[in-house]
Amino acid sequence: MKPFAYHQPDRIPDAAKLLTSIEDSKLLAGGMTLIPTLKQRLASPPALVDLSRLGHLKGITDDGATITIGAMTPHAVVAASKLVKAKIPGLAALASMIGDPAVRIRGTIGGSVANNDPAADYPAGVLGLGATVVTSTREIAADGFFRGLFETALEPGEIITALRFPMPLKAGYAKFKAPASRYALVGVFVAKFADGVRVAVTGAGSGVFRVPPMEEALSRSFDPSAIAAIRIDTDGLTSDIHAEADYRAHLVTVMAKRAVDAAVS
Amino acid sequence: MGNVIGIGASPKRKEDQRFLTGRGNYVSDIKRPGMTAGVFVRSPHGHAILRSIDKSAALASPGVIAVLTGEDAAADKLGSLPCGWGITDAKGVPMKEPPFPMLAQGKVRFVGDMVAFVVAETPAQASAAAELLTVDYEVLPSVVGVLEAVRPGAPQLFDDVPNNICCDWELGDKAAVETAFRKAAHVAKLSLVNNRLIGNPMEPRAAIAEYEPGTDRFTLWTTSQFPHVVRFLMGALVLNIPQHKLRVVAPDVGGGFGVKQFHYGEEAVITWAAKRVMRPIKWVASRSEGYVSDRHGRDHVTEAELALDETGKFLAFRVNTLANMGGYLSTFGPNIPTNLYGPLLGGVYTTPAIYCNVKVVFTNTVPVDAYRGAGRPEATFVLERIVDVAASEMGIDRVEIRRRNMIPKEAYPYQTPVLVQYDSGDPMGCLDGALVAADVKNFGIRKAESARRGKFRGLGYSTYVEACGLAPSRFAGRLGARGGLYESATVRVHPTGQVTVMIGTHNHGQGHETTFAQIVSEKLGVAFDNVDIVFGDTDRVQFGMGTYGSRSLVVGGAALSKATDKVVAKGKKIAAHLLEAAEVDIQFEAGKFSVAGTDRMKTFEEIAGAAYVPHDYPLEVLEPGLEEQAYYDPVNFTYPGGCHIAEVEIDPETGTVTLVNYTAVDDVGTVINPMIVEGQLHGGIVQGVGQALYENAVYDEGSGQLLSGSLMDYCMPRADHMPMMKIATHSTLCTHTPMGVKGCGEVGTIGSPAAVINAVVDALSHLGVTHVDMPATPNRIWRLLQNASLPVAAE
Repeated sequence: MKPFAYHQPDRIPDAAKLLTSIEDSKLLAGGMTLIPTLKQRLASPPALVDLSRLGHLKGITDDGATITIGAMTPHAVVAASKLVKAKIPGLAALASMIGDPAVRIRGTIGGSVANNDPAADYPAGVLGLGATVVTSTREIAADGFFRGLFETALEPGEIITALRFPMPLKAGYAKFKAPASRYALVGVFVAKFADGVRVAVTGAGSGVFRVPPMEEALSRSFDPSAIAAIRIDTDGLTSDIHAEADYRAHLVTVMAKRAVDAAVS
Repeated sequence: MGNVIGIGASPKRKEDQRFLTGRGNYVSDIKRPGMTAGVFVRSPHGHAILRSIDKSAALASPGVIAVLTGEDAAADKLGSLPCGWGITDAKGVPMKEPPFPMLAQGKVRFVGDMVAFVVAETPAQASAAAELLTVDYEVLPSVVGVLEAVRPGAPQLFDDVPNNICCDWELGDKAAVETAFRKAAHVAKLSLVNNRLIGNPMEPRAAIAEYEPGTDRFTLWTTSQFPHVVRFLMGALVLNIPQHKLRVVAPDVGGGFGVKQFHYGEEAVITWAAKRVMRPIKWVASRSEGYVSDRHGRDHVTEAELALDETGKFLAFRVNTLANMGGYLSTFGPNIPTNLYGPLLGGVYTTPAIYCNVKVVFTNTVPVDAYRGAGRPEATFVLERIVDVAASEMGIDRVEIRRRNMIPKEAYPYQTPVLVQYDSGDPMGCLDGALVAADVKNFGIRKAESARRGKFRGLGYSTYVEACGLAPSRFAGRLGARGGLYESATVRVHPTGQVTVMIGTHNHGQGHETTFAQIVSEKLGVAFDNVDIVFGDTDRVQFGMGTYGSRSLVVGGAALSKATDKVVAKGKKIAAHLLEAAEVDIQFEAGKFSVAGTDRMKTFEEIAGAAYVPHDYPLEVLEPGLEEQAYYDPVNFTYPGGCHIAEVEIDPETGTVTLVNYTAVDDVGTVINPMIVEGQLHGGIVQGVGQALYENAVYDEGSGQLLSGSLMDYCMPRADHMPMMKIATHSTLCTHTPMGVKGCGEVGTIGSPAAVINAVVDALSHLGVTHVDMPATPNRIWRLLQNASLPVAAE
């Protein structure tokens, strides 16, 4: 690890100011990706801006129509939340499948969404539920937020403060874990709303994406059999030492079916 | 204080007191006054000419004390890293043995090859300076696979090693095998890959070196399984340090699995550097560094053929293997795929003719050497797989074909056609025991239940034998060993009767401090708590060859047993004098020396006291003191074996293999501590399951980059991969070790890969699948199912 300055601001505007005034500085949320890259000397930002003192970024609230989760809320809190388990059990299940207990205790929803790792779980939940990304300056719909491999709509100095989720009629997540890392080799989030179904896939390609043919089929019949014959194209899917693209494509269908199963059971 | 706890008991492990309370003492825990930090600069290329190294920026970096390269080592006339075995080809021509410089000279031959060593005041300063070193490489194409390396036109690692072949080794009667194949009613054939593995001990390698100018002595603390061998190899052959001026200490070591039983260049570099900078230096490898520098294991490509008569009796076995050595010869490298492989191809069967050819091949990969099992898992996998293939092709039940060919218990000692003679064993007994323990008779019910859930269930057998207790020196010498393979133990009885044992093996997780104390407690009748075991320090322990090849109890324990016998013999002489009786009338039992047929006796403590306070003592015939030493060189290998049965369930939708049941019935000879033996079996089996289902070291052909270079990409087996295992022993006693022990450290790793893969193939056999390469990953199984045109299960 190379030396860096460490800031722990008390207010969002201070954090944003530090971030814009110190070139190449990085936000530190749970640090589950950032700290390992620092330790391996793969990144050497001149300063870290730690969000841990911003207490109001933690917590889960319910306004009747939506659930809002503060950006600094750890995965373990979401997984164990009675509120989330009651209103969006698929999202609590997703949080319970991230990493291992240590990662779930340190890692945060805001950090995961901002990092947009192509194999992270939360982007599938956020996109699958059509959530709103609330930032220090605006609100961004999930459909416009994720821009592929580690890219998002966030502007320099813009800080995610919360994720706001609409409540689905049903939702479920199924994840095929990469054997070594336990990231999603393929993860599929399925959510049914009054006006239709959303299907979001993580792990399979360079970023989270939706599967319109599955959404249409499931909107007609919210049952695994409705999508059993739908194959997604291998174009743009990842091939690596763990899984070839056609296997990933196959797993998208299998995991989508299992996500529907999880949603209805 | 305390009681005798002897052979057959399962006391809690003595060493766990410190390990479980965070009071272990590992190399990286040690701090020396004035200690500096060292970092190695390693090649980022698989194959390149090392044109030049510009040290200037690194030397100018804050805190830097020295930057050393291969040129500096050459200028100091330091030796090449030695190989401990010299094998020969069929014509008696010695293997090609190119130099292995401790820092690369002229060329780099694998990603991770060391090109420089940076010493600075702090680890951060050393790392920062290392990044400033300018190395001018002329990158060459890399070759990483054995098939590719022997092809015409392949990149050549060494100018004088044509086709990258280090040695074209063979064993067995080729003509007899060919004759038998001509008469065969059936020939089973199998091509397979034995996947490359990375050991991943929990503690990464580390070292501290210090030079004391006042005494002209060096001390090296290192994460080693054999400190005395490091002292010899490094002191005598690399650095030219006299043995009496070099102390090597291997304190608590957090797992080895073979990875730490070699003399590494890092040890030599840091020791050499410590004198150059006149300061102690510490180096601790990162996990990533371990991936590209710890010696790897396995990596074979094999073609095997088994000839059978019409009844399924094995007539002959022919095996052709290409074995990957990596970029250089490591300490035991060429011995593993040859001497520890070919002689095991007889297995537990009466196959009369066997021929084995192994081409030992250099590639642009980390050097390959012994990894838990070392050669024997590879042999067992080839044999136990082809037995299943033959059974399937001939329509003979897999258990039945094994029974028809098994060596009966009465036939021991049994001479195989491939050098080794098994002294004892009962493979049929292990098989029968395992069939019952695994509830094989109800497997059909379980398979039907799986089928109802859309899953495929399979059962796999591995009836195997291995050779361990390395090794009879005379035998090893004939095979090319350049050293002896005996062990030594000293039993020091203190004036108050407590005992300190100095032994040349090294405990890094095996429980020696407990097992060896039980032997002493039993044999001398002293309390278990009154025995301490000292190891891992060349200044404290007389000599030793270390721990590997399941040898510690078999060879070291035998030396310890002999030394305790000498203590008893001397005690009898002292007792005879004190009790005014003839020495032949003195009996020793349960810690008491007594005159036969009388109630006159002296306790062990009284005899110890008399030995050190010799007021009334036969000084004319006996020296004072009670301390005895023994060296033991085994007369043969030992041959543990057994039967492992794996049961798997496969999800055809995803290709995921789940191990649902595992049964092992093993013959490990006398069991000293059943709890520790069970633990060794558990760990060994998990490592074998890791090879079968999860682990795979993958290199990129052409660039030589290690693609599975971290725990994110290299899948180690985890607790939730394993079912509860059924472990039992069915022991016959070794006829030539003092206590009848055979060793148990590697049996789990040797028996299990074949059992698991045989189960996977069984589960898929209805689809025409005849073989699955390791690791049987979900992607690989799914691909096989696609090729088998499996109709996708409808929901």
